[in-house]
Amino acid sequence: MPLRDELDRRFREFLDAESLIADPESQRPFECDGLPLHRELPLLVALPDTIDQVRRILQICDELRVPVVPRGAGTGLCAGATPLRDGVLLGLAKFTRILEIDPLARIARVQPGVTNLAISEAAAEYGLYYAPDPSSQIACTIGGNVAENSGGVHCLKYGLTTHNVLGVELLTVSGESMSIGGAALDCPGLDLMALLTGSEGLLGVVMEVTVKLLPVPETVRVLVAGFPTVDQAGDCVSRIIAAGIIPAGLEMMDRLAIRAAEDYVHAGYPVDAEAMLLCEVDGTADEVDATAERVEQLMRAMGADSIAVSRDEAHRLLLWQGRKSAFPAVGRLAPDYYCMDGTIPRHRVSEVLREIARLADEAGLQVANVFHAGDGNLHPLILYDSSHPDQVAAAEHLGAQILELSVAVGGCITGEHGVGLEKLAQMPAQFSAAELRQFERIKEAFDPGLALNPGKGIPLLKHCQEYRSLERGPSDG
Amino acid sequence: MADLSRAIAERVKAARADRTPLFLTAGGSKRNCIGRRCDAGDFDLSAHRGVVDYQPDELVLTARSSTPLADIDAVLEDRGQHLSFEPPRFSPAATIGGTVACNLSGPARPWGGSVRDMVLGTRLVDGRGETLRFGGQVMKNVAGYDVSRFVAGSLGVLGVITEVSLKVLPRPEASETRVLELEAPAAIETMNRFAAQPGPLDAAAWLDGRLYLRASGDTHAVLSLVRAWGGESLPGAGAFWQALRDHALPFFDGDAPLWRLSVRSSAPIEGYPEPLLIDWCGAQRWLRSEHDREALQALTRAGGGHLSLFRGGDRDGEVKPVLSPPEQELHRRLKRAFDPDGILNPGRMYGWM
Repeated sequence: MPLRDELDRRFREFLDAESLIADPESQRPFECDGLPLHRELPLLVALPDTIDQVRRILQICDELRVPVVPRGAGTGLCAGATPLRDGVLLGLAKFTRILEIDPLARIARVQPGVTNLAISEAAAEYGLYYAPDPSSQIACTIGGNVAENSGGVHCLKYGLTTHNVLGVELLTVSGESMSIGGAALDCPGLDLMALLTGSEGLLGVVMEVTVKLLPVPETVRVLVAGFPTVDQAGDCVSRIIAAGIIPAGLEMMDRLAIRAAEDYVHAGYPVDAEAMLLCEVDGTADEVDATAERVEQLMRAMGADSIAVSRDEAHRLLLWQGRKSAFPAVGRLAPDYYCMDGTIPRHRVSEVLREIARLADEAGLQVANVFHAGDGNLHPLILYDSSHPDQVAAAEHLGAQILELSVAVGGCITGEHGVGLEKLAQMPAQFSAAELRQFERIKEAFDPGLALNPGKGIPLLKHCQEYRSLERGPSDG
Repeated sequence: MADLSRAIAERVKAARADRTPLFLTAGGSKRNCIGRRCDAGDFDLSAHRGVVDYQPDELVLTARSSTPLADIDAVLEDRGQHLSFEPPRFSPAATIGGTVACNLSGPARPWGGSVRDMVLGTRLVDGRGETLRFGGQVMKNVAGYDVSRFVAGSLGVLGVITEVSLKVLPRPEASETRVLELEAPAAIETMNRFAAQPGPLDAAAWLDGRLYLRASGDTHAVLSLVRAWGGESLPGAGAFWQALRDHALPFFDGDAPLWRLSVRSSAPIEGYPEPLLIDWCGAQRWLRSEHDREALQALTRAGGGHLSLFRGGDRDGEVKPVLSPPEQELHRRLKRAFDPDGILNPGRMYGWM
């Protein structure tokens, strides 16, 4: 019996017809994640809604040696959830229950398919929220956030996913349950939470997540300043930090991104500026008054031409909306855009943006830049037209050059989007062969048969390819 | 201020070749606590020290592992910054490498993060003598598994940490402490309730009928918050928090075993034996004396957390939290992935590992 039929037959014993998708047309919505440069159709899409069903899927795939690709909402930006042709796509979007909110201990226990924003919405009645806020927060799931160690626009002050998750209930590749971390502030034994967060679905399937909740700040204010040069905006960021201020958010946009965002949402952005800083401060009312005033003074001292300060909550949200919709706004400038995600030491930003502009000129493409300036995470958006194969190739090549540039200035190839399929080729720019081999060994410790999302996240070296074709022997390898 | 990383790698290679296990030590301040007794010869790393790079505007400091915390404090203080996780020092010799290896953080931990949270990058020599670098000097880095944070708390069983890059933060402008007379159950409830309110609360502990609350940050915010708490101001508050941080309060005196319970911060305190000290807003609870391990285990399970024998007691037996058989198997495999011949700190974390 062909493998697909065998899987289909066995899954049907516990999944109904609507939870199993075999025909290619119905599989289309699952062919890619938020990076459609990579598309593939799997053997089967399985959409279970109980932990036991997930366990049985994993057991059957383990037995038949079929790889499994876990998927949340498919909003990831690194082709980490792209299906494998010879594998099962395991969709976890039906796991949408919030299991517990403990307002006193300030934690929430949720299923992996709960959206990032839904956690904060559910916690709002207690004056609490979940801090990491990726731009896709309305759609992206907490399971996916754990897989990618997602960030957002408030990371400098409030951290990444890894700083805000306490525990997970995990199913291993063979369907075994494991509790890692929990309601306490640290893990017993080795810190497996550190390994699992950002592991891109390669080490286990997360079935439940315990997250920290924080009190909603009393007052929040946003300042938006336009600068005549990128250098001045970059220097202003350093000056704010050097003054002992840790803003809740500190974002930079370049001219092309400012104009695109302004055309899209009419937030009153400084369209003549070469660079714009968006700085959010939070705290008590007095504290915010004092801090906002200091930030404003620093902005003026560093040459800001224009400064807008949020008047009220609606105005604050409008000022943010331009930044939060920068990707779709820039996306209107060309048929397609390709979003990069390197992190660089903050003080190198001007130099890096100049080099990106030079590389873009060489490639004959335009690049708009959106920068989490507080934490050095740069998102160049490469504009191209996918109906021209030359432009696709040029965009991918330019993207690779930008990632390598990030590493060359002392940064890394991905700050919050992950490696997936997209950045595999750049991993050796950041890691030595010995380090990549160590990643493989970690993978093998969790998943000796390399069945969970294989071929993503870490390059499979020759050893692994051979290993995969071997019969699985005694587990210790 | 020497860079001995090459010599460290050579020594590990030699130890592996002749199967001589090594016990990693530098300041020696945590030798007799946290982990099990380790049956291996000392590998003294203390000369491998020095701050390698410090960029205040980037909020990043990089230091060799045996750099004393005191040296790092001095460098940071000059630029108005600090380590937000308030690292404990059980002696002045305590080093940053030992702090990371033990994932040891002080009273500010629930708000200021743990040392693990602040790790941006580590260099380590694994049990094969290979020098590996994970993470880096930037705030966000999700390429590959997060090995740099994974080694935090690993008690030297995965590799010799030779260099650490940490996120550092501005020192708070002001700090105020208030004391409220409360019994333990009310204190647990009160500290958690205050923690659920916005404001610069950054330490909450309870001992002997007194709840200690600290606010640190912007002066306006600190003053308005402590007014809302009420209670009495604590003279010499700095010394109190430092003594709590360094286990120098009388509670920690003597040889009675010291148990650490890491639990849900609001977990009920009823049934806990005395003497008892509560820190981390209820999430870290300390007990003294010869308690029955099983009984304490039951208390921690009920609190959704885990138990360890931090200091004293039988250090040839298991002292770290009990793990399930699948977790044990995973720990063994990860140990082998980093140190296939069991050269580094054998048995320091678990006898079976």
